Amino acid sequence: MELNLRAEVKNLEFSYGEKKVLNGITLPIYENRVTALIGPSGCGKTTLLRCFNRMHDLYANAQYKGEILLYPDKRNILGKEIDPMEVRMRIGMVFQKPNPFPKSILENVAYGLRVRGVKKQSFIEERVERSLQQAGLWKEAKDRLNSPATALSGGQQQRLCIARALATEPEILLLDEPTSALDPISTRHIEELIQELRKDVTIAIVTHSLHQAARVSDYTAFMYLGDLIEFGKSDQIYTNPKDQRTENYITGRFG
Amino acid sequence: MESQQDILANIKRRQFWDFVFALTGLMSLLFALITLITLIVDLSLTGVPRITLDFFTSFPSRFAGKAGILSAWVGSFCVMITTAFCAIPLGVAAGVYLEEYSKKNWVSQIIELNIINLAGIPSITYGLMALGLFVYQLKLGQSILTAGLTLGLLVLPIIIVTTREAIRAIPNAIREASYAMGASKWQTIRHHILPYSSGGIMTGVIISLSRAIGETAPLITIGALTFIAFLPTAPISDVPPFINLKWLMDPFTVMPIQMFNWLSRPQAEFHVNAAATGVILLMMTLIMNGGAIYLRSRFRKKMKW
Ligand SMILES: Nc1ncnc2c1ncn2[C@@H]1O[C@H](COP(=O)(O)OP(=O)(O)OP(=O)(O)O)[C@@H](O)[C@H]1O
Ligand SMILES: [Mg+2]
Repeated sequence: MELNLRAEVKNLEFSYGEKKVLNGITLPIYENRVTALIGPSGCGKTTLLRCFNRMHDLYANAQYKGEILLYPDKRNILGKEIDPMEVRMRIGMVFQKPNPFPKSILENVAYGLRVRGVKKQSFIEERVERSLQQAGLWKEAKDRLNSPATALSGGQQQRLCIARALATEPEILLLDEPTSALDPISTRHIEELIQELRKDVTIAIVTHSLHQAARVSDYTAFMYLGDLIEFGKSDQIYTNPKDQRTENYITGRFG
Repeated sequence: MESQQDILANIKRRQFWDFVFALTGLMSLLFALITLITLIVDLSLTGVPRITLDFFTSFPSRFAGKAGILSAWVGSFCVMITTAFCAIPLGVAAGVYLEEYSKKNWVSQIIELNIINLAGIPSITYGLMALGLFVYQLKLGQSILTAGLTLGLLVLPIIIVTTREAIRAIPNAIREASYAMGASKWQTIRHHILPYSSGGIMTGVIISLSRAIGETAPLITIGALTFIAFLPTAPISDVPPFINLKWLMDPFTVMPIQMFNWLSRPQAEFHVNAAATGVILLMMTLIMNGGAIYLRSRFRKKMKW
Protein backbone atom coordinates (compact mmCIF):
# COMPACT_ATOMS: atom_id res chain seq x y z
CA MET A 1 0.00 0.00 0.00
CA GLU A 2 1.41 3.35 -0.91
CA LEU A 3 2.08 5.91 1.75
CA ASN A 4 0.28 9.24 1.57
CA LEU A 5 0.27 12.11 3.98
CA ARG A 6 -3.10 12.78 5.62
CA ALA A 7 -1.99 15.65 7.76
CA GLU A 8 1.18 17.44 8.61
CA VAL A 9 1.98 19.33 11.78
CA LYS A 10 4.43 22.15 11.09
CA ASN A 11 6.31 24.08 13.77
CA LEU A 12 3.32 23.95 16.06
CA GLU A 13 3.76 25.99 19.21
CA PHE A 14 1.07 26.13 21.82
CA SER A 15 0.62 27.87 25.14
CA TYR A 16 -2.03 28.14 27.81
CA GLY A 17 -1.71 31.85 28.56
CA GLU A 18 1.88 32.35 29.65
CA LYS A 19 2.58 28.66 30.00
CA LYS A 20 4.20 27.23 26.90
CA VAL A 21 3.31 23.58 26.43
CA LEU A 22 4.34 22.70 22.86
CA ASN A 23 7.62 24.09 21.52
CA GLY A 24 7.47 23.70 17.79
CA ILE A 25 6.24 20.24 16.86
CA THR A 26 6.71 18.94 13.32
CA LEU A 27 5.08 15.62 12.63
CA PRO A 28 3.61 13.77 9.64
CA ILE A 29 0.39 11.80 9.93
CA TYR A 30 0.10 9.13 7.26
CA GLU A 31 -3.12 8.11 5.62
CA ASN A 32 -4.67 4.85 6.83
CA ARG A 33 -1.95 4.41 9.39
CA VAL A 34 -2.03 4.51 13.16
CA THR A 35 0.25 7.05 14.76
CA ALA A 36 0.91 6.64 18.46
CA LEU A 37 1.85 9.57 20.68
CA ILE A 38 3.81 8.46 23.71
CA GLY A 39 5.65 10.26 26.44
CA PRO A 40 5.63 10.90 30.17
CA SER A 41 2.59 12.45 31.84
CA GLY A 42 2.30 16.19 31.27
CA CYS A 43 4.49 16.26 28.16
CA GLY A 44 1.71 17.69 26.00
CA LYS A 45 0.15 14.70 24.23
CA THR A 46 -3.43 15.67 24.99
CA THR A 47 -2.67 19.28 24.13
CA LEU A 48 -1.29 18.26 20.74
CA LEU A 49 -4.23 15.98 20.02
CA ARG A 50 -6.73 18.70 20.88
CA CYS A 51 -5.11 21.02 18.34
CA PHE A 52 -6.28 18.70 15.56
CA ASN A 53 -9.95 19.38 16.21
CA ARG A 54 -9.61 22.95 17.44
CA MET A 55 -10.84 22.05 20.93
CA HIS A 56 -8.60 24.77 22.33
CA ASP A 57 -10.69 27.40 20.54
CA LEU A 58 -13.27 27.01 23.28
CA TYR A 59 -10.95 28.66 25.77
CA ALA A 60 -9.73 32.22 25.66
CA ASN A 61 -6.22 31.64 27.01
CA ALA A 62 -5.15 29.17 24.30
CA GLN A 63 -2.59 30.46 21.81
CA TYR A 64 -1.38 28.68 18.69
CA LYS A 65 1.47 29.32 16.33
CA GLY A 66 2.37 27.16 13.35
CA GLU A 67 0.10 25.03 11.22
CA ILE A 68 -1.55 21.69 10.72
CA LEU A 69 -2.05 21.00 7.03
CA LEU A 70 -4.86 18.66 6.13
CA TYR A 71 -4.22 16.68 2.95
CA PRO A 72 -5.01 16.32 0.11
CA ASP A 73 -5.99 20.00 -0.18
CA LYS A 74 -3.22 21.11 2.17
CA ARG A 75 -5.41 23.52 4.04
CA ASN A 76 -4.15 24.81 7.37
CA ILE A 77 -6.89 23.75 9.79
CA LEU A 78 -5.52 26.09 12.44
CA GLY A 79 -6.12 29.05 10.12
CA LYS A 80 -8.36 31.76 11.47
CA GLU A 81 -10.44 31.67 8.29
CA ILE A 82 -11.40 28.03 8.85
CA ASP A 83 -14.50 27.35 10.90
CA PRO A 84 -13.64 25.02 13.79
CA MET A 85 -17.02 23.35 13.22
CA GLU A 86 -15.87 22.12 9.82
CA VAL A 87 -12.69 20.72 11.32
CA ARG A 88 -14.60 18.94 14.08
CA MET A 89 -17.06 17.45 11.63
CA ARG A 90 -14.18 15.87 9.72
CA ILE A 91 -11.97 14.90 12.65
CA GLY A 92 -13.50 12.85 15.47
CA MET A 93 -12.19 12.60 19.00
CA VAL A 94 -12.48 10.29 21.97
CA PHE A 95 -11.47 12.01 25.18
CA GLN A 96 -9.21 10.82 27.97
CA LYS A 97 -12.15 10.72 30.41
CA PRO A 98 -15.43 9.27 29.16
CA ASN A 99 -17.95 12.07 28.64
CA PRO A 100 -21.29 10.65 27.58
CA PHE A 101 -24.25 13.01 27.44
CA PRO A 102 -26.86 12.45 30.16
CA LYS A 103 -29.19 11.14 27.46
CA SER A 104 -30.05 7.67 26.24
CA ILE A 105 -27.44 5.38 24.71
CA LEU A 106 -29.18 5.72 21.35
CA GLU A 107 -29.21 9.51 21.47
CA ASN A 108 -25.53 9.55 22.41
CA VAL A 109 -24.43 7.49 19.44
CA ALA A 110 -26.81 9.23 17.06
CA TYR A 111 -25.82 12.71 18.19
CA GLY A 112 -23.30 13.40 15.44
CA LEU A 113 -25.91 12.49 12.84
CA ARG A 114 -28.49 14.65 14.54
CA VAL A 115 -26.12 17.61 14.49
CA ARG A 116 -25.66 17.08 10.76
CA GLY A 117 -29.41 17.14 10.24
CA VAL A 118 -29.86 13.44 9.38
CA LYS A 119 -33.54 12.59 9.82
CA LYS A 120 -33.94 9.17 8.24
CA GLN A 121 -34.73 6.84 11.12
CA SER A 122 -33.68 3.60 9.42
CA PHE A 123 -30.31 5.09 8.51
CA ILE A 124 -29.75 6.33 12.05
CA GLU A 125 -30.65 2.97 13.57
CA GLU A 126 -28.37 1.16 11.19
CA ARG A 127 -25.47 3.48 11.95
CA VAL A 128 -26.03 3.26 15.70
CA GLU A 129 -26.00 -0.52 15.58
CA ARG A 130 -22.90 -0.66 13.41
CA SER A 131 -21.00 1.82 15.59
CA LEU A 132 -21.91 0.00 18.77
CA GLN A 133 -20.85 -3.29 17.15
CA GLN A 134 -17.51 -1.76 16.20
CA ALA A 135 -16.92 -0.40 19.68
CA GLY A 136 -17.84 -3.80 21.15
CA LEU A 137 -20.79 -2.49 23.12
CA TRP A 138 -23.64 -3.86 21.05
CA LYS A 139 -24.17 -7.03 23.05
CA GLU A 140 -24.45 -5.16 26.33
CA ALA A 141 -26.40 -2.22 24.98
CA LYS A 142 -28.84 -3.62 22.42
CA ASP A 143 -31.57 -4.26 24.97
CA ARG A 144 -31.19 -0.94 26.72
CA LEU A 145 -30.69 1.56 23.92
CA ASN A 146 -33.18 3.91 25.54
CA SER A 147 -31.79 3.82 29.06
CA PRO A 148 -29.48 6.60 30.21
CA ALA A 149 -25.86 6.38 29.16
CA THR A 150 -24.70 7.64 32.54
CA ALA A 151 -25.91 4.37 34.08
CA LEU A 152 -23.21 2.48 32.16
CA SER A 153 -19.96 1.50 33.84
CA GLY A 154 -16.86 3.59 33.21
CA GLY A 155 -15.48 1.18 30.62
CA GLN A 156 -18.82 0.89 28.88
CA GLN A 157 -19.06 4.67 28.79
CA GLN A 158 -15.67 4.86 27.12
CA ARG A 159 -16.76 2.37 24.46
CA LEU A 160 -19.93 4.38 24.02
CA CYS A 161 -17.84 7.48 23.36
CA ILE A 162 -15.85 5.53 20.79
CA ALA A 163 -19.08 4.45 19.12
CA ARG A 164 -20.31 8.03 19.16
CA ALA A 165 -17.17 9.22 17.40
CA LEU A 166 -17.35 6.40 14.82
CA ALA A 167 -20.98 7.01 13.90
CA THR A 168 -20.16 9.98 11.68
CA GLU A 169 -17.28 8.23 9.86
CA PRO A 170 -14.58 10.82 10.56
CA GLU A 171 -11.59 11.18 8.24
CA ILE A 172 -9.19 11.23 11.15
CA LEU A 173 -9.90 9.74 14.54
CA LEU A 174 -8.16 11.10 17.62
CA LEU A 175 -8.02 8.70 20.55
CA ASP A 176 -6.79 9.99 23.91
CA GLU A 177 -5.95 6.94 26.02
CA PRO A 178 -9.10 5.16 24.87
CA THR A 179 -8.41 2.03 26.88
CA SER A 180 -7.15 3.47 30.15
CA ALA A 181 -10.47 2.61 31.86
CA LEU A 182 -11.02 -0.74 30.17
CA ASP A 183 -10.47 -4.33 31.25
CA PRO A 184 -8.10 -6.52 29.22
CA ILE A 185 -10.87 -8.05 27.12
CA SER A 186 -12.39 -4.72 26.09
CA THR A 187 -8.89 -3.38 25.56
CA ARG A 188 -8.12 -6.21 23.15
CA HIS A 189 -11.39 -5.58 21.41
CA ILE A 190 -10.58 -1.88 20.95
CA GLU A 191 -7.11 -2.71 19.70
CA GLU A 192 -8.60 -5.08 17.14
CA LEU A 193 -11.04 -2.35 16.18
CA ILE A 194 -8.18 0.06 15.60
CA GLN A 195 -6.50 -2.47 13.32
CA GLU A 196 -9.79 -2.92 11.53
CA LEU A 197 -10.47 0.81 11.14
CA ARG A 198 -7.08 1.51 9.57
CA LYS A 199 -8.58 0.50 6.24
CA ASP A 200 -10.87 3.52 6.29
CA VAL A 201 -9.58 6.09 8.72
CA THR A 202 -6.38 7.65 9.84
CA ILE A 203 -5.84 7.32 13.57
CA ALA A 204 -3.79 9.21 16.10
CA ILE A 205 -3.73 7.54 19.50
CA VAL A 206 -2.26 8.65 22.81
CA THR A 207 -1.39 5.82 25.09
CA HIS A 208 0.63 5.12 28.19
CA SER A 209 0.90 1.46 27.37
CA LEU A 210 4.00 0.89 25.27
CA HIS A 211 2.83 -2.64 24.54
CA GLN A 212 -0.37 -1.26 23.16
CA ALA A 213 1.48 1.32 21.09
CA ALA A 214 3.75 -1.40 19.73
CA ARG A 215 0.78 -3.66 18.94
CA VAL A 216 -1.49 -1.20 17.20
CA SER A 217 0.61 1.58 15.74
CA ASP A 218 2.53 1.91 12.51
CA TYR A 219 4.33 5.07 13.53
CA THR A 220 5.27 6.39 16.92
CA ALA A 221 6.09 9.88 18.10
CA PHE A 222 7.88 10.22 21.43
CA MET A 223 7.29 13.52 23.17
CA TYR A 224 9.11 14.94 26.12
CA LEU A 225 8.43 18.28 27.86
CA GLY A 226 6.65 19.76 24.88
CA ASP A 227 9.19 18.66 22.29
CA LEU A 228 8.96 15.92 19.73
CA ILE A 229 12.05 13.89 20.47
CA GLU A 230 11.77 11.12 17.97
CA PHE A 231 9.41 10.02 15.24
CA GLY A 232 9.65 6.85 13.23
CA LYS A 233 8.22 3.49 12.34
CA SER A 234 7.01 1.81 15.49
CA ASP A 235 9.11 -1.35 15.13
CA GLN A 236 12.19 0.81 14.84
CA ILE A 237 11.29 3.04 17.82
CA TYR A 238 10.60 0.14 20.15
CA THR A 239 13.53 -2.02 19.13
CA ASN A 240 16.15 0.44 18.10
CA PRO A 241 15.50 4.03 19.25
CA LYS A 242 17.94 6.65 18.03
CA ASP A 243 17.64 9.10 20.88
CA GLN A 244 18.93 8.35 24.36
CA ARG A 245 15.79 9.85 25.97
CA THR A 246 13.50 7.63 23.92
CA GLU A 247 15.50 4.63 24.94
CA ASN A 248 15.35 5.63 28.59
CA TYR A 249 11.58 6.03 28.36
CA ILE A 250 10.82 2.75 26.62
CA THR A 251 13.12 0.82 28.88
CA GLY A 252 11.33 2.34 31.86
CA ARG A 253 14.22 4.34 33.23
CA PHE A 254 12.06 7.44 33.59
CA GLY A 255 8.59 8.75 32.96
CA MET B 1 6.31 14.05 74.49
CA GLU B 2 2.82 14.79 75.67
CA SER B 3 1.58 12.54 78.37
CA GLN B 4 -1.67 10.68 78.03
CA GLN B 5 -3.22 13.03 80.58
CA ASP B 6 -2.26 16.11 78.59
CA ILE B 7 -3.84 14.64 75.50
CA LEU B 8 -7.05 13.80 77.34
CA ALA B 9 -7.24 17.29 78.85
CA ASN B 10 -6.69 18.79 75.44
CA ILE B 11 -9.51 16.72 73.97
CA LYS B 12 -11.83 17.68 76.85
CA ARG B 13 -11.18 21.36 76.28
CA ARG B 14 -11.93 21.14 72.59
CA GLN B 15 -15.02 19.04 73.19
CA PHE B 16 -16.30 21.76 75.51
CA TRP B 17 -16.08 24.37 72.75
CA ASP B 18 -17.73 21.98 70.32
CA PHE B 19 -20.59 21.70 72.76
CA VAL B 20 -20.85 25.47 73.30
CA PHE B 21 -21.03 26.10 69.58
CA ALA B 22 -23.61 23.38 68.95
CA LEU B 23 -25.77 24.74 71.76
CA THR B 24 -25.60 28.31 70.45
CA GLY B 25 -26.52 27.12 66.98
CA LEU B 26 -29.44 25.11 68.25
CA MET B 27 -30.76 28.04 70.30
CA SER B 28 -30.65 30.38 67.33
CA LEU B 29 -32.43 27.81 65.19
CA LEU B 30 -35.14 27.29 67.82
CA PHE B 31 -35.61 31.04 68.21
CA ALA B 32 -36.18 31.48 64.49
CA LEU B 33 -38.41 28.42 64.22
CA ILE B 34 -40.56 29.27 67.22
CA THR B 35 -41.15 32.81 66.01
CA LEU B 36 -42.19 31.52 62.61
CA ILE B 37 -44.44 28.82 64.03
CA THR B 38 -46.12 31.27 66.43
CA LEU B 39 -46.80 33.57 63.52
CA ILE B 40 -48.28 30.82 61.38
CA VAL B 41 -50.38 29.36 64.21
CA ASP B 42 -51.70 32.79 65.21
CA LEU B 43 -52.55 33.66 61.61
CA SER B 44 -54.18 30.26 61.01
CA LEU B 45 -56.30 30.35 64.18
CA THR B 46 -57.81 33.64 63.10
CA GLY B 47 -57.92 33.07 59.36
CA VAL B 48 -58.59 29.42 58.59
CA PRO B 49 -62.26 29.32 59.71
CA ARG B 50 -62.98 32.16 57.29
CA ILE B 51 -61.66 30.23 54.27
CA THR B 52 -64.71 28.86 52.50
CA LEU B 53 -65.59 28.47 48.86
CA ASP B 54 -67.55 31.71 49.04
CA PHE B 55 -64.44 33.54 50.14
CA PHE B 56 -62.85 32.71 46.77
CA THR B 57 -65.88 33.54 44.66
CA SER B 58 -66.98 36.85 46.20
CA PHE B 59 -65.84 40.34 45.41
CA PRO B 60 -64.76 42.63 48.22
CA SER B 61 -67.70 44.27 49.94
CA ARG B 62 -68.61 46.85 52.55
CA PHE B 63 -69.78 43.95 54.72
CA ALA B 64 -66.88 41.94 56.06
CA GLY B 65 -68.89 38.74 56.20
CA LYS B 66 -69.80 38.90 52.52
CA ALA B 67 -66.41 40.07 51.25
CA GLY B 68 -64.13 37.73 49.32
CA ILE B 69 -60.91 37.70 47.37
CA LEU B 70 -62.20 36.91 43.89
CA SER B 71 -60.77 40.00 42.22
CA ALA B 72 -57.60 39.72 44.29
CA TRP B 73 -56.66 36.15 43.41
CA VAL B 74 -57.64 36.59 39.77
CA GLY B 75 -55.51 39.74 39.76
CA SER B 76 -52.57 37.97 41.39
CA PHE B 77 -52.90 35.14 38.89
CA CYS B 78 -52.96 37.47 35.87
CA VAL B 79 -50.05 39.53 37.16
CA MET B 80 -48.01 36.37 37.84
CA ILE B 81 -48.61 35.09 34.31
CA THR B 82 -47.55 38.41 32.85
CA THR B 83 -44.51 38.50 35.13
CA ALA B 84 -43.50 34.99 34.09
CA PHE B 85 -43.95 35.82 30.41
CA CYS B 86 -41.71 38.88 30.71
CA ALA B 87 -39.08 37.62 33.10
CA ILE B 88 -38.45 33.99 32.10
CA PRO B 89 -37.36 34.49 28.46
CA LEU B 90 -35.36 37.60 29.30
CA GLY B 91 -33.72 36.11 32.39
CA VAL B 92 -32.86 32.77 30.83
CA ALA B 93 -31.54 34.39 27.66
CA ALA B 94 -29.42 36.82 29.67
CA GLY B 95 -28.09 33.99 31.86
CA VAL B 96 -27.22 31.82 28.86
CA TYR B 97 -25.56 34.77 27.15
CA LEU B 98 -23.44 35.61 30.18
CA GLU B 99 -22.32 32.00 30.66
CA GLU B 100 -21.92 30.74 27.12
CA TYR B 101 -21.30 33.73 24.89
CA SER B 102 -19.83 36.75 26.68
CA LYS B 103 -16.09 37.03 27.01
CA LYS B 104 -14.91 36.84 30.58
CA ASN B 105 -13.37 40.30 31.07
CA TRP B 106 -13.87 43.39 33.20
CA VAL B 107 -17.05 44.40 31.35
CA SER B 108 -18.69 41.09 32.20
CA GLN B 109 -17.44 41.43 35.76
CA ILE B 110 -19.13 44.81 36.10
CA ILE B 111 -22.34 43.43 34.61
CA GLU B 112 -22.19 40.50 37.00
CA LEU B 113 -21.70 42.78 40.00
CA ASN B 114 -24.60 44.97 38.92
CA ILE B 115 -26.96 42.05 38.51
CA ILE B 116 -26.20 40.93 42.04
CA ASN B 117 -26.76 44.52 43.21
CA LEU B 118 -30.06 44.71 41.35
CA ALA B 119 -31.31 41.73 43.33
CA GLY B 120 -30.74 43.72 46.53
CA ILE B 121 -32.47 46.97 45.57
CA PRO B 122 -35.57 47.72 47.68
CA SER B 123 -38.62 46.75 45.71
CA ILE B 124 -40.31 50.13 46.10
CA THR B 125 -37.54 51.61 43.96
CA TYR B 126 -38.72 49.39 41.14
CA GLY B 127 -42.19 50.79 41.71
CA LEU B 128 -40.93 54.36 41.35
CA MET B 129 -39.07 53.51 38.17
CA ALA B 130 -42.11 51.72 36.77
CA LEU B 131 -44.35 54.67 37.60
CA GLY B 132 -42.09 56.96 35.59
CA LEU B 133 -41.37 54.59 32.73
CA PHE B 134 -44.39 52.36 32.20
CA VAL B 135 -47.18 54.57 33.52
CA TYR B 136 -46.09 58.09 32.49
CA GLN B 137 -43.69 57.54 29.57
CA LEU B 138 -45.13 54.49 27.86
CA LYS B 139 -48.68 55.28 28.99
CA LEU B 140 -49.46 51.69 29.89
CA GLY B 141 -51.69 52.88 32.71
CA GLN B 142 -52.19 51.30 36.09
CA SER B 143 -52.73 47.98 34.40
CA ILE B 144 -51.95 44.29 34.78
CA LEU B 145 -49.33 44.78 32.06
CA THR B 146 -47.56 47.51 34.03
CA ALA B 147 -47.64 45.35 37.16
CA GLY B 148 -46.34 42.31 35.29
CA LEU B 149 -43.50 44.30 33.74
CA THR B 150 -42.60 45.84 37.10
CA LEU B 151 -42.50 42.54 38.96
CA GLY B 152 -40.79 40.99 35.95
CA LEU B 153 -37.94 43.48 36.30
CA LEU B 154 -37.89 42.87 40.04
CA VAL B 155 -37.34 39.13 39.71
CA LEU B 156 -35.16 39.28 36.60
CA PRO B 157 -31.89 39.26 38.57
CA ILE B 158 -32.97 36.20 40.55
CA ILE B 159 -33.73 34.32 37.35
CA ILE B 160 -30.46 35.41 35.74
CA VAL B 161 -28.41 34.36 38.73
CA THR B 162 -30.09 30.95 39.15
CA THR B 163 -29.87 30.30 35.41
CA ARG B 164 -26.16 31.01 35.49
CA GLU B 165 -25.66 28.76 38.49
CA ALA B 166 -27.55 25.94 36.84
CA ILE B 167 -25.49 26.31 33.67
CA ARG B 168 -22.24 26.49 35.57
CA ALA B 169 -22.99 23.14 37.18
CA ILE B 170 -22.69 21.44 33.78
CA PRO B 171 -19.17 20.04 33.43
CA ASN B 172 -17.04 21.37 30.60
CA ALA B 173 -16.47 17.83 29.39
CA ILE B 174 -20.09 17.76 28.22
CA ARG B 175 -19.65 20.94 26.18
CA GLU B 176 -16.44 19.57 24.72
CA ALA B 177 -18.18 16.33 23.79
CA SER B 178 -20.86 18.27 21.97
CA TYR B 179 -18.50 20.59 20.12
CA ALA B 180 -16.24 17.67 19.24
CA MET B 181 -19.17 16.07 17.42
CA GLY B 182 -19.31 19.16 15.23
CA ALA B 183 -22.21 20.85 17.00
CA SER B 184 -22.61 24.60 16.68
CA LYS B 185 -22.87 26.84 19.69
CA TRP B 186 -26.62 27.08 19.36
CA GLN B 187 -26.97 23.29 18.96
CA THR B 188 -24.88 22.79 22.07
CA ILE B 189 -27.09 25.17 24.00
CA ARG B 190 -30.33 23.78 22.57
CA HIS B 191 -29.45 20.09 22.93
CA HIS B 192 -27.39 20.14 26.11
CA ILE B 193 -27.04 23.33 28.10
CA LEU B 194 -30.75 24.17 28.32
CA PRO B 195 -32.09 20.64 28.94
CA TYR B 196 -29.47 19.86 31.57
CA SER B 197 -29.96 23.13 33.41
CA SER B 198 -33.74 23.26 33.10
CA GLY B 199 -34.25 21.80 36.60
CA GLY B 200 -32.17 24.54 38.18
CA ILE B 201 -33.76 27.19 36.00
CA MET B 202 -37.26 26.08 36.92
CA THR B 203 -36.36 26.12 40.58
CA GLY B 204 -35.20 29.71 40.19
CA VAL B 205 -38.33 30.66 38.31
CA ILE B 206 -40.62 29.24 40.98
CA ILE B 207 -38.68 30.89 43.78
CA SER B 208 -38.76 34.22 41.99
CA LEU B 209 -42.51 33.96 41.36
CA SER B 210 -43.13 33.07 44.98
CA ARG B 211 -41.30 36.26 45.84
CA ALA B 212 -43.27 38.28 43.31
CA ILE B 213 -46.63 37.02 44.51
CA GLY B 214 -46.10 38.61 47.92
CA GLU B 215 -44.81 41.95 46.62
CA THR B 216 -46.97 44.91 47.60
CA ALA B 217 -44.97 48.11 47.68
CA PRO B 218 -44.08 48.46 43.99
CA LEU B 219 -47.67 47.72 42.97
CA ILE B 220 -49.07 50.33 45.31
CA THR B 221 -46.51 52.75 43.89
CA ILE B 222 -47.68 52.23 40.33
CA GLY B 223 -51.23 52.78 41.55
CA ALA B 224 -52.89 49.41 41.90
CA LEU B 225 -56.42 49.89 43.19
CA THR B 226 -57.30 48.65 46.62
CA PHE B 227 -60.97 48.07 45.93
CA ILE B 228 -61.97 46.25 42.76
CA ALA B 229 -65.37 44.69 42.31
CA PHE B 230 -65.03 43.39 38.76
CA LEU B 231 -62.85 40.94 36.85
CA PRO B 232 -60.47 41.66 33.97
CA THR B 233 -61.77 41.13 30.43
CA ALA B 234 -62.05 37.44 29.60
CA PRO B 235 -58.99 36.19 27.68
CA ILE B 236 -61.13 34.18 25.26
CA SER B 237 -63.70 35.73 22.99
CA ASP B 238 -66.29 34.23 20.64
CA VAL B 239 -65.09 36.15 17.58
CA PRO B 240 -61.86 35.36 15.73
CA PRO B 241 -59.02 35.31 16.66
CA PHE B 242 -60.71 34.08 19.87
CA ILE B 243 -57.86 35.27 22.02
CA ASN B 244 -58.30 38.58 23.68
CA LEU B 245 -55.43 40.45 25.27
CA LYS B 246 -57.50 43.39 26.52
CA TRP B 247 -57.19 42.08 30.09
CA LEU B 248 -53.57 43.18 30.06
CA MET B 249 -54.70 46.81 30.12
CA ASP B 250 -57.33 46.37 32.85
CA PRO B 251 -56.94 47.75 36.36
CA PHE B 252 -56.37 45.14 39.03
CA THR B 253 -55.69 44.37 42.64
CA VAL B 254 -53.63 41.54 44.13
CA MET B 255 -53.92 39.51 47.30
CA PRO B 256 -51.34 41.31 49.45
CA ILE B 257 -52.93 44.67 48.55
CA GLN B 258 -56.37 43.34 49.39
CA MET B 259 -54.97 42.13 52.67
CA PHE B 260 -53.39 45.51 53.36
CA ASN B 261 -56.68 47.21 52.55
CA TRP B 262 -58.62 45.07 54.99
CA LEU B 263 -56.00 45.46 57.71
CA SER B 264 -56.19 49.22 57.49
CA ARG B 265 -59.89 49.20 58.42
CA PRO B 266 -60.90 49.66 62.03
CA GLN B 267 -63.46 46.81 62.20
CA ALA B 268 -62.08 43.52 63.57
CA GLU B 269 -64.18 41.43 61.12
CA PHE B 270 -62.10 42.76 58.26
CA HIS B 271 -58.95 41.73 60.10
CA VAL B 272 -60.21 38.16 60.00
CA ASN B 273 -60.51 38.45 56.24
CA ALA B 274 -56.96 39.75 56.12
CA ALA B 275 -55.72 36.81 58.19
CA ALA B 276 -57.50 34.38 55.89
CA THR B 277 -55.88 35.99 52.84
CA GLY B 278 -52.56 35.81 54.64
CA VAL B 279 -52.98 32.09 55.23
CA ILE B 280 -53.77 31.55 51.56
CA LEU B 281 -50.72 33.55 50.48
CA LEU B 282 -48.55 31.64 52.91
CA MET B 283 -49.85 28.31 51.65
CA MET B 284 -49.18 29.30 48.06
CA THR B 285 -45.63 30.34 48.87
CA LEU B 286 -45.04 27.10 50.76
CA ILE B 287 -46.44 25.02 47.91
CA MET B 288 -44.33 26.86 45.35
CA ASN B 289 -41.16 26.51 47.39
CA GLY B 290 -41.93 22.87 48.06
CA GLY B 291 -42.34 22.35 44.33
CA ALA B 292 -39.00 24.01 43.74
CA ILE B 293 -37.28 21.73 46.24
CA TYR B 294 -38.92 18.68 44.71
CA LEU B 295 -37.86 19.69 41.20
CA ARG B 296 -34.33 20.31 42.32
CA SER B 297 -33.93 16.94 43.99
CA ARG B 298 -35.53 15.15 41.04
CA PHE B 299 -33.21 16.77 38.52
CA ARG B 300 -30.21 16.23 40.70
CA LYS B 301 -30.93 12.52 40.65
CA LYS B 302 -31.42 12.50 36.89
CA MET B 303 -28.42 14.62 36.02
CA LYS B 304 -25.36 12.86 37.25
CA TRP B 305 -22.30 13.22 35.15
N1 LIG C 1 -6.21 24.06 30.63
C1 LIG C 1 -4.92 24.15 30.96
N2 LIG C 1 -4.41 25.30 31.45
C2 LIG C 1 -3.12 25.41 31.79
N3 LIG C 1 -2.22 24.42 31.68
C3 LIG C 1 -2.64 23.24 31.19
C4 LIG C 1 -4.02 23.04 30.81
N4 LIG C 1 -4.15 21.78 30.37
C5 LIG C 1 -2.94 21.21 30.47
N5 LIG C 1 -2.03 22.08 30.97
C6 LIG C 1 -0.60 21.81 31.20
O1 LIG C 1 -0.01 21.52 29.94
C7 LIG C 1 0.94 20.46 30.06
C8 LIG C 1 0.60 19.36 29.10
O2 LIG C 1 -0.65 18.79 29.48
P1 LIG C 1 -1.31 17.61 28.67
O3 LIG C 1 -2.65 17.41 29.22
O4 LIG C 1 -1.20 17.88 27.22
O5 LIG C 1 -0.35 16.39 29.07
P2 LIG C 1 -0.44 14.87 28.66
O6 LIG C 1 0.80 14.56 27.94
O7 LIG C 1 -1.71 14.56 27.97
O8 LIG C 1 -0.40 14.15 30.09
P3 LIG C 1 -1.17 12.84 30.59
O9 LIG C 1 -0.41 11.69 30.04
O10 LIG C 1 -1.04 12.91 32.08
O11 LIG C 1 -2.56 12.90 30.12
C9 LIG C 1 0.91 20.04 31.52
O12 LIG C 1 2.03 20.62 32.16
C10 LIG C 1 -0.36 20.61 32.05
O13 LIG C 1 -0.21 20.97 33.40
MG1 LIG D 1 -3.44 13.50 28.45
